[in-house]
Amino acid sequence: MANKILAVLEQREGTIKKVSFEVASTAAKLSKELNLDVEAVVAGAEVSNINEVSKYGISKLVHFKNSELNNYSSSAYADVFSGYASEVGATYIFVGNTAFGNDLAPRLSVKLNSGCVVDCINLTVESGEVIATRPIYAGKSNLKTKLNSDVKIFTIRPNIFKAELSDAGSFSVDVKEVSNPNLKSKVVAYKKSEGKLDVAEADIIVSGGRGMKGPENFNLLESLADVLGAAVGASRAVVDAGWRPHREQVGQTGKTVSPTLYVACGISGAIQHLAGMSTSKYIVAINKDKDAPIFSVADYGIAGDLFEVLPVLTEEIKKIKS
Amino acid sequence: MKIAVCVSHVPDTATRIKIGADRKAIDPAGVTYIINPYDEFAVEEALKTKEKVGGDSLVYVITVGGEANKDTIRKALAMGVDEGILLKDDNQRDSFGIAKALADEIKSLGCEIVFCGKQSVDYDNSITGQIVAEMLNYNCVPVVVDFKIDGNKITAEREIEGGKEVVETELPAVITTQKGLNEPRYASLKGIMAAKKKTITEKPAIPSTNFAEVLDMNLPATKQPGRILGSDSSAVAELVKLLREEAKVI
Repeated sequence: MANKILAVLEQREGTIKKVSFEVASTAAKLSKELNLDVEAVVAGAEVSNINEVSKYGISKLVHFKNSELNNYSSSAYADVFSGYASEVGATYIFVGNTAFGNDLAPRLSVKLNSGCVVDCINLTVESGEVIATRPIYAGKSNLKTKLNSDVKIFTIRPNIFKAELSDAGSFSVDVKEVSNPNLKSKVVAYKKSEGKLDVAEADIIVSGGRGMKGPENFNLLESLADVLGAAVGASRAVVDAGWRPHREQVGQTGKTVSPTLYVACGISGAIQHLAGMSTSKYIVAINKDKDAPIFSVADYGIAGDLFEVLPVLTEEIKKIKS
Repeated sequence: MKIAVCVSHVPDTATRIKIGADRKAIDPAGVTYIINPYDEFAVEEALKTKEKVGGDSLVYVITVGGEANKDTIRKALAMGVDEGILLKDDNQRDSFGIAKALADEIKSLGCEIVFCGKQSVDYDNSITGQIVAEMLNYNCVPVVVDFKIDGNKITAEREIEGGKEVVETELPAVITTQKGLNEPRYASLKGIMAAKKKTITEKPAIPSTNFAEVLDMNLPATKQPGRILGSDSSAVAELVKLLREEAKVI
């Protein structure tokens, strides 16, 4: 049986997510270096953008179909994907490090008796083996690791690996109807949070700390986030004070993020916060205290009063966007 | 009902990480260890579940590691957990190795519900709970911010990107806990005194071979500080220009 690489894709409400194209592209690239075949797999009911996967070096996709699989079910998905992995002799499985991937990957690991490295930020092939780098201690340190199991599972951090266009020549979709999925655990509802983007997925984050002085002032950040198409983030101090919900917290005991642009407003830069955001591509800091640690990681800083600076910044950006 | 809480003993989040001489782990010198912050939510939810279920329910706290982990066990006992169990192993285990030891103990105790933090803030693996569940063939809901139990039926809300999933499942189950689920209680003086009299059972963790091999641990390249452009809104024009032309991010 041929050894294979599986790229596990994630769909939500029938649409394959952006991180899954990063997974597909990464798996396709590694398949060349490892000299293995690669296939993408997805479970769901109707999936609207399935053909888009072909742009990322994937020539075959298997769609496990059942209306009950539209919503995620850890038990059903784990059974379907582990069954298929065994059937085709998959030796590598890649999936995005999202709530979905993080739930699914360890379950597949147990079923396939394989090791699992989560939240990879770099994957290389050295002497025929995949070497993974992942942040630990919320990014204060990096760990280089490899797996010594027959089957190896890696989850990749969103926004790090590029979804590179690559023509695989052909593309086929194999639809497999799933009968009687195992729905021991199932998602019965999805509650979208009000507010817009999630910090874990956003390309730009505008974040506020204690310097915002109160929850009522976050409208300044929301206006800036609106014009930038950004998510609003928060420091632990303001989450603990109840000014902002925990889902917005960036840093250790919150979310570790790597957006293209991170704008820190009134955040001094505690070690736990810096750990969670210092891998952002560009960092802007606005803070009254010019000695605040946040300036040590910022590309551009304004050491001034955010209440005076933010409205002007929002206006300026609005001008260039219009 | 028997309830298990799995906890880990981790460096305080304020720790500045220094790499050990072998470059495989941190240098523990001068590091303060605490109960993993996410595990405090697990302890609290286990105690709340005991209070709700009532009867002769018992809560066990289980941890895998060295002698020092007893401090974390005592912390949980002081909060109100009934008994502590240390599965001893001084060697570093991967998530599988830890899960294997925990699952073995949970099985022999006969715990129907297991709470653990959604991840440990040292290795940030966030998969141990799910692995324990699969090994035991238990249901599992990770990253839970709302938990209800009614007889055998569990309804839990888990945090996902951009919202929450409402998951329905049944006992036996593993729940991994996220900040926001509850407000962990403080250990009272009475609790701390009572904890001294509670049992901590110590036994060797069942052997396990790691799948994951650590090759190297290193510190990320430190970012070079950039430029302070000014001290008021007169710097905004330059900032916008740099973001547009140099960083090309807007």
